[in-house]
Amino acid sequence: MGLAQCIRIALRALRANKLRAALTMLGMVIGVGAVIALMSIGQGAQAMITSQIRGMGTNLLFISPGSTQNQGVRTAQGSAATLTYDDALAIADPANAPSVALVAPVWNTFMQVIANGQNASTRITGVTAEYQDVRNSYPAVGEFISKANVDSASSVAVLGSKVADSLFGEQDPLGQQISVGMGNRRVTLRVIGLMESKGATAMGDQDDMIFVPITTMFKKITVQRTVRGTNNVSTINVQVSDEKLLDQAIQEIGELLRQRHRAAQDDFTIRSQDDMLSTANQITGIMTILLGSIAGISLLVGGIGIMNIMLVSVTERTREIGIRKAVGAKWRDVLTQFLVEAIVVSVIGGAIGILLGWGSSRAISAIDLGGQSLQTEITLSAIALACGVSAGVGLFFGIYPATRAARLNPIDALRYE
Amino acid sequence: MRSDKLAIRVDGLSKVYKTGAVEVHALRGLSCEVRSGELIAIMGPSGSGKSTLMNILGCLDQPTSGKYWLDGQEVSKLGDDELAAVRNKKIGFVFQTFNLLPRTAALDNVELPLIYAGATNKRSRALEALGRVGLADRVHHKPNQLSGGQQQRVAIARALVNRPTIILADEPTGNLDTRSSEEIMAIFQRLNVEDGITVIFVTHEADIAAHTNRIIQVRDGRITSDEAVRRHLMAEEVLASLPKGED
Repeated sequence: MGLAQCIRIALRALRANKLRAALTMLGMVIGVGAVIALMSIGQGAQAMITSQIRGMGTNLLFISPGSTQNQGVRTAQGSAATLTYDDALAIADPANAPSVALVAPVWNTFMQVIANGQNASTRITGVTAEYQDVRNSYPAVGEFISKANVDSASSVAVLGSKVADSLFGEQDPLGQQISVGMGNRRVTLRVIGLMESKGATAMGDQDDMIFVPITTMFKKITVQRTVRGTNNVSTINVQVSDEKLLDQAIQEIGELLRQRHRAAQDDFTIRSQDDMLSTANQITGIMTILLGSIAGISLLVGGIGIMNIMLVSVTERTREIGIRKAVGAKWRDVLTQFLVEAIVVSVIGGAIGILLGWGSSRAISAIDLGGQSLQTEITLSAIALACGVSAGVGLFFGIYPATRAARLNPIDALRYE
Repeated sequence: MRSDKLAIRVDGLSKVYKTGAVEVHALRGLSCEVRSGELIAIMGPSGSGKSTLMNILGCLDQPTSGKYWLDGQEVSKLGDDELAAVRNKKIGFVFQTFNLLPRTAALDNVELPLIYAGATNKRSRALEALGRVGLADRVHHKPNQLSGGQQQRVAIARALVNRPTIILADEPTGNLDTRSSEEIMAIFQRLNVEDGITVIFVTHEADIAAHTNRIIQVRDGRITSDEAVRRHLMAEEVLASLPKGED
């Protein structure tokens, strides 16, 4: 009996009981669909995060305060207030670190902002003029914090699009006054610019913040100083003049800061973009594996469903097996018939599942995530995996019921009621 | 159409069924010979072992002991797959309950033995077989769309499609009315006379058995009588005398 004949018999048997065939396939459809869709989401998320990190520029270094050790107790990374504004100025001096192009120190704090009868709680970010070039973040309307603003600690602010929206709605925020502060101590700032929308990224929601000159933060808003009378910063962003000089810059900055801080151990961390990229890849990789295993479980459940139905089907069709054997079907013929039937079910189910997975992955791509979308990717390997697994599942879970069917004695099978 | 060639020879056939601790002797050393081209009825009360005999003759079941030659070949020694080939090529089996594949058109049912024989011109041979049992106009009907008599005719078409040397039927008319029974007998007589196919069937009814040229009585797993029928009934004539049915 040829393969084409086997497939024809299998299709006829499936047509004879459409509901049962459909229910069996459903397990396969969902399993394969889930594998394809979830794997494409994992791939898409990875691609999205990678492009976001790359989009910031590839020649960036991020310096953050390290941990300190107090009588042997180590505090958490970044918790120490060891980086100062003066450190940033020193790094910016070409005599100290020649490979550094731009330095953008940042000082963050969360505060309430009131304007136009509305209020919001948001991140106030003290920056210098270099910030926009280092972070590729430019105002859509108006202008960014200028060097003059920083030098004179002027009371100006640039709003992120989300903050502007929640405070002013449809109105034009340019030239308006906003009030920033805690409790009774408030500072009134004039809005000079509006940032372009960037959406929530792996680096936090860049639309939900207000930029002010870093000196204004120090002198008017937070008014905090270290013991040594210097101003703390949260992070120092450094743009290196050339990507090839990244390692040299790390060394220069490291030496400079060690010299300035005179600490026994490094009280700062310098991370390059590659470090962040590999961390992010690790996280998204774990996520993809996680999603894949969930989908794999549903595929397995689908396979067990096929076996279940095939077993029922063998029992239900015992007479049919008897008839086939009575007219000359051999052991192998019966085995092949049920095996092919199981494979046909799982392959058709798998094919529908691929379409479903492709469709849902496209649908997920179409969802707007605040100005951007997750560009899901269906890789050939995901399809190959799903196809292979679905045929394999059919084969594996079909063998047991098929051998049971093939082993039946014709007369017993015919007498079966 | 009788010849001296032996279609079937069984020698000391016995069959023991074990149901738990109880042993049931269905056949106790039964021997008999059937010449090629005979038309035989096997009769006997229920539990006499006649169905067991038919199943063994039809290679659906193996004897516990004894020998069975079909067409000169000893089949009691064959393995499962070789028996399947014998059932496919040499034997056409007709059951009391028809045993057609449900939800499957008559044509596909008749094609079934040809599929396992690896035949090439399946469609035309199946159509021809259905034509011979008078169902040329019902080939696409499914079993549940056919009457009992028609279903049995489909089953006979399936039995003869692979041109067997012998057709075995286990109470082929047991579930049918008189008219349908006569139609079935007419087909058997025609196959026997025109094609020289050996036909053996089991029946309870003496008037059905009267259509054959030899009646074998079985009781307690042994043959109790084996007589030739001097003048057998012609089914075509009986049919002509019956009042016309709706079929």
